Amino acid sequence: MKWIDYENAKTVDEAIKILSQSGGKARPMAGGTDLIVQLRNKDPRTDADVVVDIKDIPDLNVLQCDPKTGLTIGAAVPLYKIYNDDNVKKYFPAIIDSASLIGGVLIQGRASFGGNLCNAAPSGDAIPNLIAHNGIATIAGPNGTRDVPVEDICTGPRQTSIGNDELLISINLPVPAAGFGASYIRFTPRNEMDIAVVGAGVSVNISEGKFTAARVSLASVAPTPIYVENAVNALVGETVGDAAIQRAANAAREAAKPISDMRGTAEYRKHLCEVLTRRALNAAIERAKEGK
Amino acid sequence: MTSSDSTDYKVLGTRPIRHDGADKVTGRAIYGPDFDTAGLLHGKILRSPHAHARIISIDTSEAEALDGVMAVVTGADWPNNSNGTSMVEDGTGTEIESNSNWLRENLLAGDKVLYAGHAIAGVAAASPHVAEEALALIEVKYEVLEPVLTIQEAMAKNAPILHEGLTTQELGEDSGVVSNTADHFQHTKGNIEKGFEAADVVVEREYNTVMVHQGYIEPHNGTALWNTDGRLHVWCSTQGSFVVRDSLSDLLDIPVSQIRVTPTEIGGGFGGKIPIYVEPVAALLSKKTGSPVKIVMSRKEVFEGSGPTAGSNIKIKLGAKSDGTITAAHAWMAMEAGGYPGSPVGAAAQCVFAAYDIENALVDGYDVVVNKPKTAPYRAPGAPNAAFGMEQAMNELAEMLQMDPIDLRLKNVATEGTRRVDGPTFRRIGAKEVLETMRDHPHYQAAKTEGHGRGIAIGFWFNIGFDSACNIAVNSDGSINLTEGSTDIGGSRTSIAMHAAEVLGIPVEDVRPSVVDTDTIGFTAVTGGSRTTFATGWAAYEAAQDVKKQSIERAASIWDVDSDTLNMEDGVIKSKTDSELKMTFKELASQMSDTGGGITGRASVNPKGVGGSFAGNMVDVSVDDETGKVTIERFTCVQDVGKAIHPSYVEGQMQGGSAQGIGWALNEEYFMNDQGNMANSSLLDYRMPTSLDLPMIDTAIVEVANPGHPFGVRGVGEANIVPPTPAIANAVSDATGNIMTQLPLTPGAVLDSGK
Repeated sequence: MKWIDYENAKTVDEAIKILSQSGGKARPMAGGTDLIVQLRNKDPRTDADVVVDIKDIPDLNVLQCDPKTGLTIGAAVPLYKIYNDDNVKKYFPAIIDSASLIGGVLIQGRASFGGNLCNAAPSGDAIPNLIAHNGIATIAGPNGTRDVPVEDICTGPRQTSIGNDELLISINLPVPAAGFGASYIRFTPRNEMDIAVVGAGVSVNISEGKFTAARVSLASVAPTPIYVENAVNALVGETVGDAAIQRAANAAREAAKPISDMRGTAEYRKHLCEVLTRRALNAAIERAKEGK
Repeated sequence: MTSSDSTDYKVLGTRPIRHDGADKVTGRAIYGPDFDTAGLLHGKILRSPHAHARIISIDTSEAEALDGVMAVVTGADWPNNSNGTSMVEDGTGTEIESNSNWLRENLLAGDKVLYAGHAIAGVAAASPHVAEEALALIEVKYEVLEPVLTIQEAMAKNAPILHEGLTTQELGEDSGVVSNTADHFQHTKGNIEKGFEAADVVVEREYNTVMVHQGYIEPHNGTALWNTDGRLHVWCSTQGSFVVRDSLSDLLDIPVSQIRVTPTEIGGGFGGKIPIYVEPVAALLSKKTGSPVKIVMSRKEVFEGSGPTAGSNIKIKLGAKSDGTITAAHAWMAMEAGGYPGSPVGAAAQCVFAAYDIENALVDGYDVVVNKPKTAPYRAPGAPNAAFGMEQAMNELAEMLQMDPIDLRLKNVATEGTRRVDGPTFRRIGAKEVLETMRDHPHYQAAKTEGHGRGIAIGFWFNIGFDSACNIAVNSDGSINLTEGSTDIGGSRTSIAMHAAEVLGIPVEDVRPSVVDTDTIGFTAVTGGSRTTFATGWAAYEAAQDVKKQSIERAASIWDVDSDTLNMEDGVIKSKTDSELKMTFKELASQMSDTGGGITGRASVNPKGVGGSFAGNMVDVSVDDETGKVTIERFTCVQDVGKAIHPSYVEGQMQGGSAQGIGWALNEEYFMNDQGNMANSSLLDYRMPTSLDLPMIDTAIVEVANPGHPFGVRGVGEANIVPPTPAIANAVSDATGNIMTQLPLTPGAVLDSGK
């Protein structure tokens, strides 16, 4: 019978040590809302000999939101703490979009953005949003820490560029420039406890009626969440309005390479990319105009 | 609305706190998976990965050799009386003859597996983990066969055959033709050719629905101890402890006297916990090991290895005069039985036209086997499928005739004396009152919000009677202990207790109801067919009458008067002639021991006066025209319940059936890949509605007393799931202008319906 060991790491160093010594068969666990299900289902992509609980590591529980320095979300911070934080609500309202719709209330008591990112599901609801916010992941390993843009973390379904001996410490979002607005919208047939058929995370910077910068990212339309450069190019420098938004939405549709499965056909998903990108951009523009 | 006599009840119609409430809200109630006993072993079941395959061989030797494994059983362990037939209740009021081999083979396969998830072997081990590991060591060699996954595929010429020995019963005669169609039957009334000739307008359309699951929260479970004295004791959560006992007797070939079934609390059933699955496997494992063995299904096993309800292919043709009078109706309905015969098409045929008085009608029913789990009852089995077609056709007819859809229904509504196409003539029913309540309801009177669609539909379920038993023992403090055998799914303990309290004129809090095991109470049929409050309530009524009669006789003997001169009202026994002679039931109870001993009442009933129930829905929806997503904006359920014993539980039934119907309409489906494997066998991807997907479901109780029950009770559990699928489809059609011929109405399907 297969036994899985449980280790409760108290420091980053302790966690890295266990990860380094486990021959790739150790799995860090924050809320465990994905990991435990995968282990119980004997998912071949989650073969673990040891589970390393990281919830008690102080560095991974930092939630710091400051209009001058940006937002730091420790890898183990549960979602409910994010959406109940007054500063996050005030300065990064679009982050609440993802935090409040992953799973349901019970899941949100345990699940974390860090776990959502490291699980690297194509449908991860936090990931396009973090990409839209120019998120940077801070990763610790035996040789120190390194910073990686969030869009470079996921390399395939359940695969990341984080090494087996490395640990995600936090995700850091820079201070938004003036005229910033962001939004994450996903489409699900059910209103909670569902997996995105398509998710769209976008941000815009608006100055004097023009898009000065933008980010567009999609979930559930490729092996990983994707950053859609063509959609961004359709916006930057253009006048804020339906024409540019529609061009960006069309670019999002073209960039999507979805599959057909029980959650929707490829054709339907491509259609939704256009709809959701447009809706997310309009919501982001509203926030930018409101100065949120 | 009440058309029953305005009887002045003291207990009926009130909303007392349920007797099992404290245990349930504090988590102390014992459900099947909670059961534990000394020396308990854990069982797991090996299931087929293939939807259709011949089993070449099963090698269990490695599994048996694994440390911690105590026994392995396969289909070879069934007793060897292989040619029998068993009578099984199909949960719809019908005792059907079934091949005992089929029943056994569904629980542990014979030479074929007929669906992915079909049970093949059971393992008992010291821990569930060891048992699970042992499953991987059982080597099964298969000859994989082409699966048959839809009715259309199964009925096609040259379709792969599931059962080489299955020949079609054609209108009651064995046709001798080997096929996947187990049965074709007809119900006829009048002459439909003439009826269609007389019609000014005709509607004809084909509808499809897919397999869906009841979705009860608690998985199937059972613990069996086959003792050294030959007695088998089973603890399980079931809708019918006596059904478990009798099924085990058939399957294991032992007398019912050797079996005791103790029902635990039950976490939902909706019909799906009428059949048994793991109990006989646990029994066979217990026989081999001499230890108690517990088996609990996983959610995946519940989806793939229990009994969902049928997908269906339905064609409806209606003809009507220009004034709205329906002149002819034809329903052609084929339903999936799953791997073995026995779909709900028989019940569907009883319900499809039941709401209407139609002079000329024909129903063709086809029971079709496919490589999917064997279907089981699900809340008004077959009726929602039938209504999905019929009630959409009615709306289409109303549109052609430019009539209000409720007016069209009222024009043709069935009333007392209407003969159903399947034979029975209605006694007093409430179809008309339900429709009138809908018509006059604020929901229907309110203007539709701009852009929303509105739909209506009605539905019928016939309900059943059957056996129930009840015992009452009077305590010295004037309270009573009431024992009965109906497992309590929706608050029936309290509703049953209220019957006794009303008769005796005592507070329902003075009744202590218990659901007891099969050694302790007389035969009681399933909690199903909306029969429990009707029939077991009736048993409680009779048992309480027995107590009342004895109490009056006891008082008569104390006072030395003729018992005919006494009566008992509001819990007081008094003389009709001498106002000095009176005593409360409590006072009498305190004197029982000194005046002749305790008083116990008892009753066993099999009431025939069952009254069918009609339910109607009004639904407003909005449809996102870019995504196709349907949002239920307003939902009203109207139902004739006869007499609402406990209105809160009646409303709960109406809301529960509506919620399940909404899920069935919008998102629920067995999503099968082309090899017949279910792709969404988890509660994440099966997508039953959550609280955020449901509006407040408004209820309007209609009370047209059932003349066949002392308090006018009809069953309330099922009719309410019948109208939601067509009412929602009608609302979506109204919003989009497109007719919805296929369930579920997923966003993608709704968006595509316009193409």
